[in-house]
Amino acid sequence: MRYLPLSDTDRSEMLARIGVNHVDELFADVPKNLLLKEPVDLPRRKGELDVERILSRMSAKNIPASSVPFFVGAGAYKHYVPATVDHLIQRSEFLTSYTPYQPEIAQGTLQYLFEFQTQVAALTGMEVANASMYDGSTGTGEAVLMAHRVTKRRKAVLSGGLHPHYADVVRTLSEMSSDDVVTMAPDVGASEDILSQIDDSVSCVVVQSPDVFGNVRDLKPIADKAHQHGALLIAVFTEVVSLGLLKSPGSQGADIVVGEGQSIGNALNFGGPYVGLFATQSRFLRQMPGRLCGETVDADGNRGFVLTLSTREQHIRRDKATSNICTNSGLCSLAFTIHMTLLGEAGLSRLARINHANAVKLADQLASVKGVEVLNATFFNEFTVKLSKPAADVVERLAEKGVLAGVPVSRLLPGAGHDNLLLVASTEVNTDDDRAALVAALNEVL
Amino acid sequence: MLNRQGRPSSAGQAGTAEHPTFTGNKALAQIEPLLFEIGRYDTTGVDLDEPEDFKPRLGGLERKEPIGLPGLSEPETMRHYVRLSQQNYGIDTGLFPLGSCTMKHNARLNERMARLPGFSDVHPLQPVSTVQGALELMNELGRYLVTLTNMTAVALSPKAGAHGELCGMMAIKAAIEAKGEGATRNVVLVPDSAHGTNPATAALIGFKVKPVPAREDGWVHVEDVKERLGPDVAAIMLTNPNTCGLFEPQVAEIAKAIHDAGAYFYCDGANFNAIVGKAKPGDLGVDAMHINLHKTFSTPHGGGGPGSGPVVLSARLAPFAPVPFVRMKDGSFELVEQNNEAGGTAAPFGRMTAFHGQMGMYVRALSYMLSHGSDGMKQASEDAVLNANYIRAGLADLMSLPFGNKPCMHEVLFDDAWLKDTGVTTLDVAKAMIDEGYHPMTMYFPLVVHGAMLIEPTESESKASLDLFIAMLRDLAMSAKNGDTERFTGAPYHAPRRRLDETRAARTPVLKWTPSAPVAEAAE
Repeated sequence: MRYLPLSDTDRSEMLARIGVNHVDELFADVPKNLLLKEPVDLPRRKGELDVERILSRMSAKNIPASSVPFFVGAGAYKHYVPATVDHLIQRSEFLTSYTPYQPEIAQGTLQYLFEFQTQVAALTGMEVANASMYDGSTGTGEAVLMAHRVTKRRKAVLSGGLHPHYADVVRTLSEMSSDDVVTMAPDVGASEDILSQIDDSVSCVVVQSPDVFGNVRDLKPIADKAHQHGALLIAVFTEVVSLGLLKSPGSQGADIVVGEGQSIGNALNFGGPYVGLFATQSRFLRQMPGRLCGETVDADGNRGFVLTLSTREQHIRRDKATSNICTNSGLCSLAFTIHMTLLGEAGLSRLARINHANAVKLADQLASVKGVEVLNATFFNEFTVKLSKPAADVVERLAEKGVLAGVPVSRLLPGAGHDNLLLVASTEVNTDDDRAALVAALNEVL
Repeated sequence: MLNRQGRPSSAGQAGTAEHPTFTGNKALAQIEPLLFEIGRYDTTGVDLDEPEDFKPRLGGLERKEPIGLPGLSEPETMRHYVRLSQQNYGIDTGLFPLGSCTMKHNARLNERMARLPGFSDVHPLQPVSTVQGALELMNELGRYLVTLTNMTAVALSPKAGAHGELCGMMAIKAAIEAKGEGATRNVVLVPDSAHGTNPATAALIGFKVKPVPAREDGWVHVEDVKERLGPDVAAIMLTNPNTCGLFEPQVAEIAKAIHDAGAYFYCDGANFNAIVGKAKPGDLGVDAMHINLHKTFSTPHGGGGPGSGPVVLSARLAPFAPVPFVRMKDGSFELVEQNNEAGGTAAPFGRMTAFHGQMGMYVRALSYMLSHGSDGMKQASEDAVLNANYIRAGLADLMSLPFGNKPCMHEVLFDDAWLKDTGVTTLDVAKAMIDEGYHPMTMYFPLVVHGAMLIEPTESESKASLDLFIAMLRDLAMSAKNGDTERFTGAPYHAPRRRLDETRAARTPVLKWTPSAPVAEAAE
């Protein structure tokens, strides 16, 4: 087997050195009747070529985003990732290293984490950011738990504009922890009265902007009301590129900002791995989940970086830890930080303007299609349209025509009476031809 | 003293080198400033055209202030990150014996497979008719995991090991609540030797943690478990093979005692790599076990993630598996994404994450398993155990084994008794290993052993590599015993940094770069 360096001669010599006759003597503590005699019932070893054939066949049964006019979003977005990013993250020293527990030989990882934290803090308008969470949804769950620790209250209010899967993750965690959750009704028009839900029993209000229907939300009044009642505002985003164009959540009064960073540096990957971004204000630092990288000096006085404030973490605090998280999204945060470095402020804001401009163009074109009504007054690169037919059927028929049109709201919120609503996203990858193809296909199907 | 570029401002301050350089660089060892010290706010490494006729529909919520994100051109970006990478130690650099973390070879075939467009460039919410191959892959991975463990079902979506623990414990909690015992069964037994994630996970969803103390032989004893069992116990979280590198010989009796008491057996599968193809956790009475794909099935650790932590479940827990999951219907695959779509006796406890889990890791893990095959996976487990025992045999006379010189599994645990009166600590040994060109072993874990040194060579090491490693540790051991303490207490001398001041980092946290104050302001 090509990954195993030991030869049979090596194995015999080593067993002799250890002082046993057979390798199974080393497994003597396994109950004898449970020690398998034969390999399990799965196929035997294969060469590279055979493995590649098998997996390529499976891959070929899928329709990749790049191969068709593509408008699917709702929490994961198709963006162009520069070739440099994927090359750099495959450097052996990044790819095959571990969590930087030995900082003297992990400065590469630690320095990029420090740079990542700085970038995330700047983007969100917050004072501190951690070294990443698994993804935006699990980060949102952690944010709610953190708010409970800070406020010593146990009730969260979720906006009806929060991605339904994010809300499900929060609810699952909260139900298991016997915490209260109030979920507002799905809010297509961004008209919910969330302020009326905020009182002195509320720990946090969770609001997404742009929300799942694409509306850009004004967070300031919600932050103000929350703060009057001693509650925290958790601002969520699923499209990080929007922060290149929109006011930062921090500048609008958010106490915790959490979201999905996939759009920068990371492929769609059918849902993962992604990278959760998590930022807050310094005064809440000790209640923060996840790893933190900090600056220090070495014995010669030279600047260096280490993982720090680990007394919050599970390997020190065990059942008193702020979170059970251990592994995070190291390599995805590297992809994020490299792509963000390539973009810089100038590139990110331009990318954001291109996304918005493309979405505006698409919305205007769709508005002219019979049987399509654009519902949003505001949006960034995704908006909701109301079709004259059930969106799930329309999406299926458009897929047959080689156009991936978006996400039917009924897939996220089945049975909620939104069968004709479709979420449509447009990024820098969409061309005039893509938009024309979508319009033409809709004209045929509707 | 560092200047704004992070560079020592004069020769002689570049470290302990006998021949200081003006730049602070040492040939290939380059000092690399922070991005924020070399980047410019008007520089970008991507060519994008400004959109024409830009008319925002943002409701007046446009950003007016600058963000503060410097950019670099493409060549500068390349150089910045290549130089950073050169300050890192990876598996490809050398032996990486980090016990419990399983740093085995990462085959590049797996990287290539994960980048096939049908896996990397598909969206989690595309119509399922357009991702049948992706669902087939998830289904196939699940079949492999269930077959290797002899369990009933698998929940693929957990994002890493600790997330898998959470998933398994949530399934247990849901099962207990379904039996109407939610109010009374609220205690989880956790041995002292467990990973910190175990008690943290149990506490996260409201369980009270009751420790099971360590015995002198490194094993959990069934009578210690029985003593703590009662109608209030929901589960035990047991790592097997355990964190001392030993297989729990009483695991079947413990499982029986747990089940007889109406509780569940959660197995921390972090060390499953020792027994893949040798024994099946389902045969040992396990009800739930997470599998770290990034350990056992070699998906790269990437400097701390991404991981992937699928959970296999027994028949008793299978109905409670979270959404989403894949199933076959009328000859094609479908995704069950809502609790109420599960049907039959299924009662999913909820959702762990927004989408379907770590697809990129699923592809790599399946590529690994297809390559090894059932025979290769069995051989890999045997080689991992053989390698660890070979190190044990090579060092047993100079270093100390807390539980006696008996066979271990895939990792061998030493304590610091052999360092008594030398003035050298476990930490010092680790740092001296860095100077010798090795990544240190896991230090001070498990907590049940004083000055623990947990060495896991994995099956990826050749005999020649192990011989050199053993010789290196023998030299260090002799040197410590002979009073050459400076070699240890000042180490590392040859790494990109000398020993770092962790106390300072925690006392005055500096967690991001901030521009230094303008000169005029500083003068006031």
